[in-house]
Amino acid sequence: MNKTVNHKAWFLVLPVLVLVAFSAVIPLMTVVNYSVQDTFGNNQFFWAGLEWFDEMLHSDRMWNALGRQLMFSGIILAIEVPLGIFVALNMPKSGFWASFCLVLMSLPLLIPWNVVGTIWQVFGRVDIGLLGRTLENLGIDYNYTQSPLAAWITIVVMDVWHWTSLVALLAYAGLKSIPDAYYQAAKIDQASRWKVFRYIELPKMAGVLMIAILLRFMDSFMIYTEPFVVTGGGPGNATTLLSIDLVKMALGQFDLGPAAAFSIMYFLVILLISWVFYTVMTNLDKKGM
Amino acid sequence: MTDTTLAPAASRSRSLPRINGRAIVMTLYLLFLLLPIYWLLNMSLKTNTEILGDFTLWPRNLTFANYATILTDPSWYTGYINSLIYVVMNTVISLTVALPAAYAFSRYHFMGDKHLFFWLLTNRMAPPAVFALPFFQLYSSIGLFDTHIAVALAHCLFNVPLAVWILEGFMRGVPKEIDETAYIDGYSFAGFFVKIFMPLISSGIGVAAFFCFMFSWVELLLSRTLTTVDAKPIAATMTRTVSASGLDWGVLAAAGVLTIIPGALVIWFVRNYIAKGFALGRV
Repeated sequence: MNKTVNHKAWFLVLPVLVLVAFSAVIPLMTVVNYSVQDTFGNNQFFWAGLEWFDEMLHSDRMWNALGRQLMFSGIILAIEVPLGIFVALNMPKSGFWASFCLVLMSLPLLIPWNVVGTIWQVFGRVDIGLLGRTLENLGIDYNYTQSPLAAWITIVVMDVWHWTSLVALLAYAGLKSIPDAYYQAAKIDQASRWKVFRYIELPKMAGVLMIAILLRFMDSFMIYTEPFVVTGGGPGNATTLLSIDLVKMALGQFDLGPAAAFSIMYFLVILLISWVFYTVMTNLDKKGM
Repeated sequence: MTDTTLAPAASRSRSLPRINGRAIVMTLYLLFLLLPIYWLLNMSLKTNTEILGDFTLWPRNLTFANYATILTDPSWYTGYINSLIYVVMNTVISLTVALPAAYAFSRYHFMGDKHLFFWLLTNRMAPPAVFALPFFQLYSSIGLFDTHIAVALAHCLFNVPLAVWILEGFMRGVPKEIDETAYIDGYSFAGFFVKIFMPLISSGIGVAAFFCFMFSWVELLLSRTLTTVDAKPIAATMTRTVSASGLDWGVLAAAGVLTIIPGALVIWFVRNYIAKGFALGRV
């Protein structure tokens, strides 16, 4: 759509600007403030320069948390994206069953995140959970409160359960936009199922999938509630992801300086990904999708 | 918009040989999704002795006592009321400020519009963990700690950008000629916006409201950090029960089931826009 230039439109966005500035800029400035100061208690602060950033960049704790975080995001993307595409390809195209599947698939997306954690915490327990009990009866040693591997499997399966539907729904939206003529042409050419997928469906889904991947990467990168409820970051530090570590540092130990420096670096990573996301979105808009 | 209709006949003939395969895949996937939810529902209808004693796949002694506990004990049901209050406040605030802004973004070029639009997005993507402590200090210092409005305002951090993006996605679908015709007909901006434009994008407003409601409802970290007693959300009530000794599993499960209900009730109406909403109004 061709838009007209009108600087008075600023008045229309002013309320948003004020509100979001109040709830984003002021807190962020507080964080910046803490990140360059040190305190000896009693609310007395001293200029510390970039000391905290230096300390955090050389702290094993942050690098380990970042490593676990990247591993978590990598694993869930590797599972959710192919699985989501697979589910989308198998969804009914229209009619009652399409709506039926859409509604049931969306259900996990609407459950409060701590309830998601509670559901899996209960489901995986060896004494009262269906999953834990079944695995135990099969003779598999599974206890997510003691074994790091079991804890990891639990939070990964939980995330797959929670968010695969999002990838599937977006891929499905992409699939529905493919005109039927494409399939008919492919049929005339006697293209195999794989070739239809590779040369028609995948390219047409590419934009939507990119959004799905970025959204999943970003949301998994700041995941807090679900793994916190299930494992509390344990056993040991095995499932302490970035947000869990940050909350522990800021609200638990009240290490304001390091936590603030941590926050800022965390935020910069998110900013970078947001920028990629934005570029993808605006390119899609230009193509008129 | 991608809502082009497919010719059903053609797609059916294409998928006919694998229709059974499709049904099996979908059944398995939906089973995987529903089994944990079923287990929670199952537990909520059992007595604690049955939960901890025999391992049963369905409740042998069906009981609604757990639900009765929640609906009669103020420490439980006020959690729901608190959550609902701040969620509704947040939805109203978000939509009120987002509507004009989305209109501006969808219709006009103005100085810094792209940067502003991007900056809004970064707030949707900001990790709540980064904001937990500063929010705590900010709202404590202005005396709003443990009030509903504090949580509602805090959730604006990600809901206002979300609402702007979703609404902008819907508004760009409305032809600009409608605006121009209305102005020629002598409508003021406010009159046009409320009487003509808003009815045109009512589905978009509904979807945006749904997503604001939902993201505020599912969030826990900020709402827990900003409240202690008076505005404590149901989610926080649940986590505190988890950490306490002598856990009442049946009541916990019933509380969980009750939190799923608001989303489940309205999901049918937004089913065709779910993907669009989660993708911030795009797709």
